[in-house]
Amino acid sequence: MSGLPAPTDAKTPIRAIPVRHWGQQVSGVIVLAALVAFIYAVATNENLDWSIIAANLFGPTILSGLWVTISLTVLSLIIGAALGVTVAVMRLSPNRVLNSVAGGYIWAFRGTPVLVQLLLWFNLALFFPRLGLGEFSLDTNTVITAFVAALLGLGLNEGAYMAEIVRGGILSVDHGQSEAAMALGMRRRSTMFKIVLPQAMRVIIPPMGNELITMLKMTSLVTVIAAPDLLNRAQVISSRNFYIFELLIVASIWYLALTTISTLIQMRLEKRFARGVAGVAPRRRRILLNLKPGRVTSPVITPGDRPVVYAKGGAGS
Amino acid sequence: MSAPMVTAENVHKSFGHVEVLKGIDLEVRTGQVFCVLGPSGSGKSTLLRCINHLERIDAGRLSVDGQLVGYRERSGKLYELNENEVADQRRDIGMVFQRFNLFAHMTALQNVMLAPMDVRRLPKAEVREHAMQLLGRVGLADQAQKYPSQLSGGQQQRVAIARALAMKPKLMLFDEPTSALDPELVGEVLDVMRDLAASGMTMIVVTHEIAFAREVGDHLVFMDSGVVVEQGAPRDVLSNPQHKRTQTFLSKVL
Ligand SMILES: Nc1ncnc2c1ncn2[C@@H]1O[C@H](COP(=O)(O)OP(=O)(O)OP(=O)(O)O)[C@@H](O)[C@H]1O
Ligand SMILES: [Mg+2]
Repeated sequence: MSGLPAPTDAKTPIRAIPVRHWGQQVSGVIVLAALVAFIYAVATNENLDWSIIAANLFGPTILSGLWVTISLTVLSLIIGAALGVTVAVMRLSPNRVLNSVAGGYIWAFRGTPVLVQLLLWFNLALFFPRLGLGEFSLDTNTVITAFVAALLGLGLNEGAYMAEIVRGGILSVDHGQSEAAMALGMRRRSTMFKIVLPQAMRVIIPPMGNELITMLKMTSLVTVIAAPDLLNRAQVISSRNFYIFELLIVASIWYLALTTISTLIQMRLEKRFARGVAGVAPRRRRILLNLKPGRVTSPVITPGDRPVVYAKGGAGS
Repeated sequence: MSAPMVTAENVHKSFGHVEVLKGIDLEVRTGQVFCVLGPSGSGKSTLLRCINHLERIDAGRLSVDGQLVGYRERSGKLYELNENEVADQRRDIGMVFQRFNLFAHMTALQNVMLAPMDVRRLPKAEVREHAMQLLGRVGLADQAQKYPSQLSGGQQQRVAIARALAMKPKLMLFDEPTSALDPELVGEVLDVMRDLAASGMTMIVVTHEIAFAREVGDHLVFMDSGVVVEQGAPRDVLSNPQHKRTQTFLSKVL
């Protein structure tokens, strides 16, 4: 029931006191006051040396750590995505061996903490002192550097999560699509890579933005194996100058900057993939459509949703 | 009499405990337009899907153009074909679905071009030319760059027919190609099928379009709950059904 005013003479405008959101106004004032107090406390705190923060924010050590964090994030995501697609396809294969291997991988890597996985990779030498066979073997510790261990730990763990995302995407594609491909004589591999996966992308891509943000923060775990990431570099500096809090703030500023950028990327991805790939209605019209009463902006994606003319039982619906 | 294109002998198919095909015997001759009629759930789609091995039969023999579907026979023994060999068998059989199933991420032209390039590995220029010809043949040359969702249902189904023809099949299977269409769009699809029949294509058509079966069909089969109840020349079966079940069905659809 909408609270329409009682029907009055159509000529006299309605004069009413708008609803006062008292709760909102009071809580707003309280939050604002708390914020001012906090900023004041931080800014005037004699235990906090702002010059240290300023000096280190763009210092070479921090920037090198920043670079490591960014590369770890990007490379782990790439490894994760490649593994994720492979494992998802294996998981959906009728081949029992492939299927079980994929299932086992997902089970193991999602079932143990990343932190433990990172430590296991880093300490691989304790278990396999040398990698390879006979003459063609290398000392494990020279191969598995902290950075490589970090990549293996983060990438393999991410692969297990991506596999589930990709699998969901594949399953979202109408079965009629692969059936039509098979009826044309296309083989399973072609069908997967030319028909199913391209259409699964619209379901797979948006959560990738989330994975990016999660991964950025997760890289800070590699500090425990002394990989020279942002947090690790910050801690190395503070172990020398004892400005622990200041350097944690430096690291936090950078993490916030990176996650903010990632959030922007994620929003763009979601917008772009929410409604089809090409030829979508111009954004403005889409917004107007969504503002119509009774219409819900839903994240549900129907295959073949590239609307202009809707055919009854449209393609792949 | 022309050579048989499809031969089914005592074909059985079950899904779990439900027997959907209960011993089908059929012969489709080359160049024939073979219509299949029957109530919902009688196993018409299942029969078509068995013919190109989208479903595997449980018993009986099914062959297309003299080749067993899904098996190889050598010195009296049957060997199951592997997945790729089955795919290769399907190349020569075109299929048109009730719900079109056009590849949603590709334009009409790309839909038609994909299989000849991917499966037959023909050069792109040649495939493109043939695809444009086919789109012209179904009256859609000017819609080549449109995506499926930008086309009407009738247009989509015509693209789907062109897509199947691009593989130069020797047999076309139609599974209720007009059932998902608005009434005013049915005609344009049937026209394309009529042309195709006139060109000599062997076609198996599952349809509820009685007029089409009567005019274009060479042979008509009436199926009910997994068996062929009666068959013959469309005119005879439609105007003078012998079987009670056929009579009941026809009285409902006519
Ligand atoms: N993949 C499947 N798994 C289980 N049962 C199935 C499957 N496919 C079909 N069936 C069942 O088999 C029976 C025959 O189905 P089929 O689709 O062949 O009928 P149809 O004659 O094509 O009907 P319609 O006119 O509705 O398309 C139905 O009862 C259906 O529920
Ligand atoms: Mg059917």
